[in-house]
Amino acid sequence: MNKFTLHTGIAAPMDRANIDTDMIIPKQFLKSIKRSGFGKNLFDELRYLDEGQPDQSCEGRPLNEEFVLNQARYQGASVLLARENFGCGSSREHAPWALDDYGFRSVIAPSFAEIFYNNCFKNGLLPIVLHDDKIDQLFNEAAVTEGYQLTIDLDRQLVVTPSGEEMAFSIDDFRKHCLLNGLDDIGLTLQHGEDIRAYEEKRRQQAPWLFGAIK
Amino acid sequence: MAGQTLYDKLFESHLVRTNEDGSSLIYIDRQVLHEVTSPQAFEGLRLAGRKPWRVDANIATPDHNVPTTERSGGVDEIVDPVSKIQVKTLDENCDEFGILEFKMNDHRQGIVHVMAPEQGAILPGSTAVCGDSHTATLGALGALAHGIGTSEVEHVLATQCLITKQMRNMLIRVDGELGLGVTPKDVVLHVIGVIGTAGGTGYAIEFGGDVFRAMSMEGRMTVCNMAIEAGARVGLVSVDQITIDYFEGRPFSPKGEHWDAAVAEWSSLVSDTDAEFDAVVEINAADIEPQVTWGTSPEMVVGISGQVPNPDAEKDKVKVDGINRALKYMGLQADQKITDIQLDRVFIGSCTNSRIEDLRDAAKVVEGRKVAENIIQALVVPGSGLVKAQAEKEGLDKIFVAAGLEWREPGCSMCLAMNPDKLGNGEHCASTSNRNFEGRQGFGGRTHLVSPAMAAAAAVTGHFIDVRELIK
Ligand code: SF4
Repeated sequence: MNKFTLHTGIAAPMDRANIDTDMIIPKQFLKSIKRSGFGKNLFDELRYLDEGQPDQSCEGRPLNEEFVLNQARYQGASVLLARENFGCGSSREHAPWALDDYGFRSVIAPSFAEIFYNNCFKNGLLPIVLHDDKIDQLFNEAAVTEGYQLTIDLDRQLVVTPSGEEMAFSIDDFRKHCLLNGLDDIGLTLQHGEDIRAYEEKRRQQAPWLFGAIK
Repeated sequence: MAGQTLYDKLFESHLVRTNEDGSSLIYIDRQVLHEVTSPQAFEGLRLAGRKPWRVDANIATPDHNVPTTERSGGVDEIVDPVSKIQVKTLDENCDEFGILEFKMNDHRQGIVHVMAPEQGAILPGSTAVCGDSHTATLGALGALAHGIGTSEVEHVLATQCLITKQMRNMLIRVDGELGLGVTPKDVVLHVIGVIGTAGGTGYAIEFGGDVFRAMSMEGRMTVCNMAIEAGARVGLVSVDQITIDYFEGRPFSPKGEHWDAAVAEWSSLVSDTDAEFDAVVEINAADIEPQVTWGTSPEMVVGISGQVPNPDAEKDKVKVDGINRALKYMGLQADQKITDIQLDRVFIGSCTNSRIEDLRDAAKVVEGRKVAENIIQALVVPGSGLVKAQAEKEGLDKIFVAAGLEWREPGCSMCLAMNPDKLGNGEHCASTSNRNFEGRQGFGGRTHLVSPAMAAAAAVTGHFIDVRELIK
């Protein structure tokens, strides 16, 4: 999993509440055997004017020019500004996979659906909850300033605007630790690699027939 | 200090560490992989730039999606595009990471839970996982086996460990002797009828008593396979001479000195006589007759001499609703005799009942008889290429074909209908598989779970019948 320490990137404002996981990645794309490659179909129904099919190339598909991510000024955006209850719907991890694959590192919203919120952390994506007033302010500033960038300092738990204003956010200590160090469940278990190796050595003595037999 | 249960011995002997939050990291000796739950796990490894912790702890085979009809054309000729891509992806992943795989047309290919014990890939005293809930099957070998999800498949690939919590212990004792025509499948269906589909939740179930001591390894696997239908992630049988004999000479079994050392170790894999269980259920073998499920949950089961229940006799509102919904879905009447249920298809196969003894049981019943006219299709799907070869050596395939049953290539087949073998809407099927949920064997399909002998008897009569009338 990617580490998250300090990140600066273009903020794209998605001015709509209750964005659900089917909007983030429509269900026809869930049959894939992969967990990468969903980025091109992120927000498929909002982003394109035709109906997307799995395995279809998205080049040349008619774009919805009004959709925020299709506007020239938001190209390369890596911070998503969103409204309340972002990520409601299914528990599948395809939604964070798609956001991550597109290039987003963080989503800032007044509230998130709980399962989606948890799934973000498993996939190196930082969901940040800010008060409605702050969210409104960020939406306004992003609208008037082309190339509007936000800096996210996870260690200090701050969102920093281009004018230097700092907005504090809270986050669970354990999750912060995992993100700062790029640790998912696997990463955490691998921190105990020495214990595992020590056990394995003992096991090899005890039951040597379980080693090297299958090949 | 009280003695230990087999489960606690296996768990504690694999404990790597206990985490701060109370969960435990246990070492996994073996992982079995198949095409449905592994692709995103391998993809995750690749994305994170990780490698499998120990390649030689893994073994793979495709089973859920493979066609069971003639398939010498290989993977490229699988018609369903999603099936094809899953089977291909497993091949590619195993090739890339150097994991041993029995590919679709390898004679050792088969349903994961049939293939792995048959190869000696899972041994007594080991821990095993597989991304499939019926991994409980392997507990019959005296192994600690867990069914897991895709993210856990990736976790085990990358770390050789599973994060889990120690379960409580339940003992199901069946004493006495089983009557003629009563098989391991009937025992486990009866047990589920007694304790219910949630009866084993949070427990590791050990099956003990005369009946399991006398049972073959194949039979024990049938029983442990369905522990999960009683809510338990783990089913176990203590090791004895039958277990040890089963492993002698299997391809991945220990050899020479290692064999002697292994046998010495395996002999201690029993629950101590003074071990304390958190729950004990006692059943008398003489009370068990051949079983048939009438509803849409494995606990909706009765003996062949019984009848479909009447919701009026039930007081609990939730149960009444459950019975009514099941009756409607299954197209049955309250109080209808089980022997009056007319059938459309018969399926003999699945990881519950596709081993050689199951096929022998079924062949004995159909020999010299013909499939009834109202049966549209009767399938016999061996659990692995080796089971198939053995059955053909014994001439069982000829008996089935002469009676009008279809003899197929190994795979999961109609157990879950991920491949072309499916029930039609509203059709009744006598099935030796393990789940009778709505739509499990095809949209609108109506599944009745039975033993291989009972399925065979149903095939030749067209309705349910007490198999004891045919094998007297
Ligand atoms: S036979 Fe059925 S239950 Fe067994 S592994 Fe295959 S699909 Fe699962």
